Amino acid sequence: MEINTPALEVHNLTASYNRKPVLWDIDFQLPQGQLIGIVGPNGSGKTTLLKNIMGLMEPDSGYVNMFGQKLDDVRERVSYVPQRESVDWDFPASVLEVVQMGRYRKNNLFKRLTARDHEIATQSLEKVNMLEYARRQISQLSGGQQQRVFIARSLAQQADLYLMDEPFVGVDAATEESILKLLTEMRQEGKTVIIVHHDLQTAYEYFDWIVLLNTRLVAAGPKDDVFTSNLLQEAYGGRLTVLSRIGDLIAKKDFPLRESDFKEKEGQGDG
Amino acid sequence: MDKLLEFLSFQDPNVRTVTFGTIFLGMSASTVGTFAFLRKRSLVGDAVAHSILPGIAIAFMLFHTKNPFVLMGGALLSGWLAMLLIEHLSKATKLKPDTAIGLVLSVFFGIGILLLTSIQHSGAGNQAGLDQFLFGKAASMTRNDLIAYGIVALILLITVILFFKEFKLLSFNPDFAEASGLPVKRLQFILSTITVLAIAIGIQSVGVVLMAALLITPAATARPWTERLVVMMVLAGIAGGLSGLVGSYISFAAPNMPTGPWIVMCLSFLALFSLFLAPRRGVLARIRQQRQNRRKILSENLLKSFYHLREHNPETLAFSRGEILEKRAFSEVEYKTALRHLRRHFYLIPEGSNWRLSEKGYEEAKRVVRLHRLWEMYLTERMRLKADHIHPNAETMEHIITPEIEEQLLRELGYPETDPHQSPIPYPKH
Ligand SMILES: Nc1ncnc2c1ncn2[C@@H]1O[C@H](COP(=O)(O)OP(=O)(O)O)[C@@H](O)[C@H]1O
Ligand SMILES: [Mg+2]
Repeated sequence: MEINTPALEVHNLTASYNRKPVLWDIDFQLPQGQLIGIVGPNGSGKTTLLKNIMGLMEPDSGYVNMFGQKLDDVRERVSYVPQRESVDWDFPASVLEVVQMGRYRKNNLFKRLTARDHEIATQSLEKVNMLEYARRQISQLSGGQQQRVFIARSLAQQADLYLMDEPFVGVDAATEESILKLLTEMRQEGKTVIIVHHDLQTAYEYFDWIVLLNTRLVAAGPKDDVFTSNLLQEAYGGRLTVLSRIGDLIAKKDFPLRESDFKEKEGQGDG
Repeated sequence: MDKLLEFLSFQDPNVRTVTFGTIFLGMSASTVGTFAFLRKRSLVGDAVAHSILPGIAIAFMLFHTKNPFVLMGGALLSGWLAMLLIEHLSKATKLKPDTAIGLVLSVFFGIGILLLTSIQHSGAGNQAGLDQFLFGKAASMTRNDLIAYGIVALILLITVILFFKEFKLLSFNPDFAEASGLPVKRLQFILSTITVLAIAIGIQSVGVVLMAALLITPAATARPWTERLVVMMVLAGIAGGLSGLVGSYISFAAPNMPTGPWIVMCLSFLALFSLFLAPRRGVLARIRQQRQNRRKILSENLLKSFYHLREHNPETLAFSRGEILEKRAFSEVEYKTALRHLRRHFYLIPEGSNWRLSEKGYEEAKRVVRLHRLWEMYLTERMRLKADHIHPNAETMEHIITPEIEEQLLRELGYPETDPHQSPIPYPKH
């Protein structure tokens, strides 16, 4: 399916850890202005996909475009919310300090934040209903509060495209509802919000578009096209034993993974 | 004693420079070390400190000078090389990071010792005084050395102040920093460079073997006292400076003594002090908290016994010790502790040789019983546990549940009238 200036285009992306591929040939495009879920069971490579999209990992092959451009040209329009467990929350900082980190940019290196930055940070905190915790130490927050701090930090970046890794994990029902309401409002303002989510039960209800992922791309599209029992079975059913065994083999035997390497081998094989 | 007075009077200009110099070096190493501590890079710091030795030795062999800038150049190069190697080894091979660190440390340090030994045997060692780099000797620094190291320390501090907010983000969440488009690679390079430099100047007073202690221990000492990064760095700086003072005094009082071990002794003393006495995180604070918890549990259990007695004998108000102990087995000490606590807060009021609940005590007892029965309800309704399995769990939870959780339980369960054993759930008087 061709989309006009997709918010996100992932093209033939393969990624691996220690040479063991965990994403194979992922290829999809996502439209602007939608609430989109990247859905798949635990260990299916959702976090890895986000890391590759955000340039935190070097893919073995393939590329990523946002708004038809390279990430480096649209940095300020894109915001990333890492998985909550990816940081040590026992860090000496207050809630407000963390939210202000959303205002750290290349153009204010070793400068102090401006009054406008402080204003935006405070407003972002208000949007997630955490203003009363502004001075609280982050080591004293509950899981749901930590998630909201991370979301507020992302809001402070005032982006057009948001990529959030499991923002509903460790969150109570009331908070989940309020976060979802916030995300829906963001979509109404024309923002594109991409959420990594592992819970099938709620995925259909929450998102407009869904990317079903399990080591490879199972399906991507409007939710009604994607939520068919066949595709769900494919994503959540049996483990992809063949694929994971090949992955093990590649890691063990040190097979080359980069595309250029593959081409060389092909040439030799044919000749 | 005379020595100490003489030392503290700072009349000897040489003593003055050495002292202020080492204090300053200690301060800058511990300030920069705070980031290494928060980024969980303590082991890397240790490896880099050891890896500096061959750089210093080679710089001396090549240029035949003790000029501090030349030696620091050598130190910087080999420290950097070690850091890159550690990173590369754990990425490119299947070695675990700690193995890579250990490997680099021992290889570099081994080479360093080898070179140092050969320098000393060539006869140049004594005049070079290179052995001081092993365990540190504050007093052997010349005035010029100190000026040079002081300048570097100043540059480090200024760099930390300039990049403070970026280093903070880098230490807390490097992925986010990179995703925000900050030049993470360059920032990491700067942070690593000032860390290597801090180590290079710190070894003047501590020596390479114990340098990691000067880098990391002050931060670890400071951490439990504050939740603010700035305060933590200042406290770490004070701890580092203080031990620098001790080191230079030792150097002055016992010229043959290496200063490193004494500096580390002082640091360890401060760290132990912090470990025991720090608010909330310290050992003593924890013990106190545990004792408070125990007393809370005991008193609430005693209150509950009063409530149960009254539940069964609605017309009696005061009960004797015997009746209580029949209801629930308290040991002599437990009973006394709980009673003393409840009496002091006027939950219990004496009536002859008996005790009765005050109005306030009755409400508090109701609260504990309510939490117990609510939790039993929750366990049977939501977790589908059998009614005969839930009591022990509720015995603990009744002391832990906060008012917010109580509120939520009440809402979720719809303000039930009775618990799974059909005992009424008591609600507060409105
Ligand atoms: N740093 C890592 N090193 C090696 N393997 C990893 C690493 N991170 C994740 N993996 C592996 O990659 C696979 C995908 O992980 P991840 O992307 O975190 O999945 P998800 O986010 O969908 O739960 C898993 O099998 C996991 O074990
Ligand atoms: Mg994940």
